[in-house]
Amino acid sequence: MTAFAGTGALARLAFRRDRIMLPAWVYVITALIASNSYSLNKLYPSAAARAALAGSGGRNPALVFLYGRLSGDSLGAVSAWRYGVWAAIFASLMSVFLVIRHTRADEEAGRLELVGSAAVGRLAALTAALLVAVAATVALTVLLVAALVFLGLPAAGSAAFALAITTCSLAFAAVAALAAQLAAGARPARGIAIGVLGAAYLLRAVGDASGAGGPSWLTWLSPLGWTEFIRPYSENRWQLLALPLATAAAAVAGAYALAVLRDHGAGLLPDRPGRAAASAWLRGPRYLPLGLAWRLQRGTLYGWAAGFAFTFAASGAAAKGIGSLLGGSAQLRTAFTRLGGQAGITDAYLAAIMSLAGLAAAAYATSAVLRLRAEETGDRAEPLLAAATGRVGWGLSHVAVAVFGTALLLAAAGVAAGLGYGLRTGSAGTEVARLLGAALAQLPASLAVAGAAVLLFGLRPAASVAGAWTVLGAVVVIALFGQVLRLSGWLLDLSPFTHVPKLPGAAVTAPPLLWLGLAALALTAAGLTALRRRDIG
Amino acid sequence: MTGAMTNAIEVRALRKSFGRTTALDGLDLTVRSGEVHAFLGPNGAGKTTTIRILLGLLSKDGGEASLLGGDPWRDAGALHARLAYVPGDVTLWPGLTGGEIIDLLASLRGPRSAVDPKRRQALIERFALDPAKKARAYSKGNRQKVALIAALASDAELLILDEPTAGLDPLMEAVFRECVDDERQRGRTVLLSSHILAEAEALADRVTIIRDGRTAETGTLAQMRHLTRSTVDAELSRPVSLDGLPGVHAAEIRGTHLHCEVDHAALNEVLTRLTAAGVVALTCRPPTLEELFLRHYSSERAGPGARP
Repeated sequence: MTAFAGTGALARLAFRRDRIMLPAWVYVITALIASNSYSLNKLYPSAAARAALAGSGGRNPALVFLYGRLSGDSLGAVSAWRYGVWAAIFASLMSVFLVIRHTRADEEAGRLELVGSAAVGRLAALTAALLVAVAATVALTVLLVAALVFLGLPAAGSAAFALAITTCSLAFAAVAALAAQLAAGARPARGIAIGVLGAAYLLRAVGDASGAGGPSWLTWLSPLGWTEFIRPYSENRWQLLALPLATAAAAVAGAYALAVLRDHGAGLLPDRPGRAAASAWLRGPRYLPLGLAWRLQRGTLYGWAAGFAFTFAASGAAAKGIGSLLGGSAQLRTAFTRLGGQAGITDAYLAAIMSLAGLAAAAYATSAVLRLRAEETGDRAEPLLAAATGRVGWGLSHVAVAVFGTALLLAAAGVAAGLGYGLRTGSAGTEVARLLGAALAQLPASLAVAGAAVLLFGLRPAASVAGAWTVLGAVVVIALFGQVLRLSGWLLDLSPFTHVPKLPGAAVTAPPLLWLGLAALALTAAGLTALRRRDIG
Repeated sequence: MTGAMTNAIEVRALRKSFGRTTALDGLDLTVRSGEVHAFLGPNGAGKTTTIRILLGLLSKDGGEASLLGGDPWRDAGALHARLAYVPGDVTLWPGLTGGEIIDLLASLRGPRSAVDPKRRQALIERFALDPAKKARAYSKGNRQKVALIAALASDAELLILDEPTAGLDPLMEAVFRECVDDERQRGRTVLLSSHILAEAEALADRVTIIRDGRTAETGTLAQMRHLTRSTVDAELSRPVSLDGLPGVHAAEIRGTHLHCEVDHAALNEVLTRLTAAGVVALTCRPPTLEELFLRHYSSERAGPGARP
């Protein structure tokens, strides 16, 4: 029996299990890019209109930080600038979830053991997962090219654009395969892979936003930067596709090497023995098992907090060179001076990274709330609910960790950005205070997204995981693309982040924050009430 | 609770369905205070669904259920402080150690004083568990031990054990039986769901057998034996014929050897014929629960998967 025996059967099983989720991912990513290109074409039909957008937006430091550098003012180049990096992020997330789901998650759940006892080779599951990821990216490439060419964009540029996105996705499929060998659980494995994706985004963002004289070479270290450097629709630098492919090959080789070495079910680090008795803290209050919820969630939170601190320190430090991006255009300088001059530009940039912090914190809050569902479906809620712990107490214990963690992450983002920027300008004290306030202003909006997750968990538990992530995805799309697409007002208003004042810089208005806080509270209360009435399990 | 005549669990005509699947279809179950009651049925008969309703995890569609004199759904919190539960499928938090989980479950169940450290230690030694290991490293049997120790170490008046010995080796099964016997001595009530009949036979005061979400039979084993047949094996001097005798089943005669099952009413007549043929050797034993069980389930297979 070779190490690859049974790969075909496992791949077919994976396709069968993902027959709905996988087409949904591919369709949503294609639809996002195609519909956005379509509306860009409608909104900026003439070359002059696009040149104006490119001239202002392509040099706006906040937009460069969020989306990357612009390489031309054709419709295709503007589309690629606006959606290329983010489409690559979504496609990479698809690959990460897919690969971990069919490797480490199955191994942790014991399903691979059942399969592994049959005539199945040691590398079969890993290979099958990678095959499914390759199939998904090929399908995505074909669909993207077809959709973009259908919209009237040049074929060569469309192919370069689609391949820039999907080769990045492949590289992250390989990174996920490697992470699945390193970590002993699905959750940490996903954490490692998504952490690498976050680092790639940060390297690209800081490199792009650092301007002339700054460390712009950082972008070259990032797979997301490569998607930008391929410059679809302007230069089509095909040879750069070799970079993500080589990365993928190296990571897959590493994953195979580790998969052959390690024991089934084990990671690289062996478990150490722990305490033989529970601490008073773990025993927690009986009716509100906070100690347990904290213990289960703290590792994840530490990881997020480290990522937040690092990301926002670097983003804050990049704020100092932001003016140099404007270049010598006197006209642009005047326009920006009217908006508040150098201070105005920097504040707009800082406000943009603070709203990014809010979105990321909402993602954390959603995952922390969904831990409840994981505990329920894993049958680990049962022993608690059969003890004196009530459902509301159990639910609240995890919600409390989510609220605390979200606040902690935002505070970390504010303080880190304040230090990063303040230490370079010599005004650390003021900047830390200013940015801490700006970051914490995001808290009610992030918690409102988490409140929606609590409501779904109470009302429709079976649909809560997909539902909560869909809510978050919609909020992210509205926040990042709502303005440029000129979405109608009520649609923008649906996202809590639309109502957050653009801090620092804008005037602080308390009522929207108060209303968002109340909405979060009401959603949570409704969710917990529904939890009291439904069946468990 | 006042004495032995009150009932710890009282279930009447309980009904529950999941979509189009009917899990419970008019189930009755009475567990008296202070008894060890075996709750028997094949996989998918509705044992776990019944227990989950008794724990207030599932709502009932119809019928009545009372637990320790309260309503399992409405009074869940107060009732749970008085019971301990071992689920059939024990899943633990992979990052916590066995010792931590035992303490955690015990303290969630009731006031901390209820956990006697000496008792906890004694149980850990009796079941030979390493409490410093992370749950992720435990085998199925060891996970089962963690849940059992947490339940047995508590001071709860009612123990609900859902197939508690699945995964235990024979040595540990014997330890478990001793422990349940101890609990009976201490006056605790035990509801023991199982499909292992020897276990129920060795431990239970009374038995309820369910099939397809309905109670098939309930009573003490002695009562049930009235309804059943004894197995007779005999070695005779001359061949014998039992043809035409009412109450004789599955008779097999090979030369001078006889094997048959006999209704209690017909036992006297059969023995008379055997003595007439000259008995060399004879065994006559009451039915095991295994045989009771086969009688209930061999003709009609129970429907699949009534578990949620």
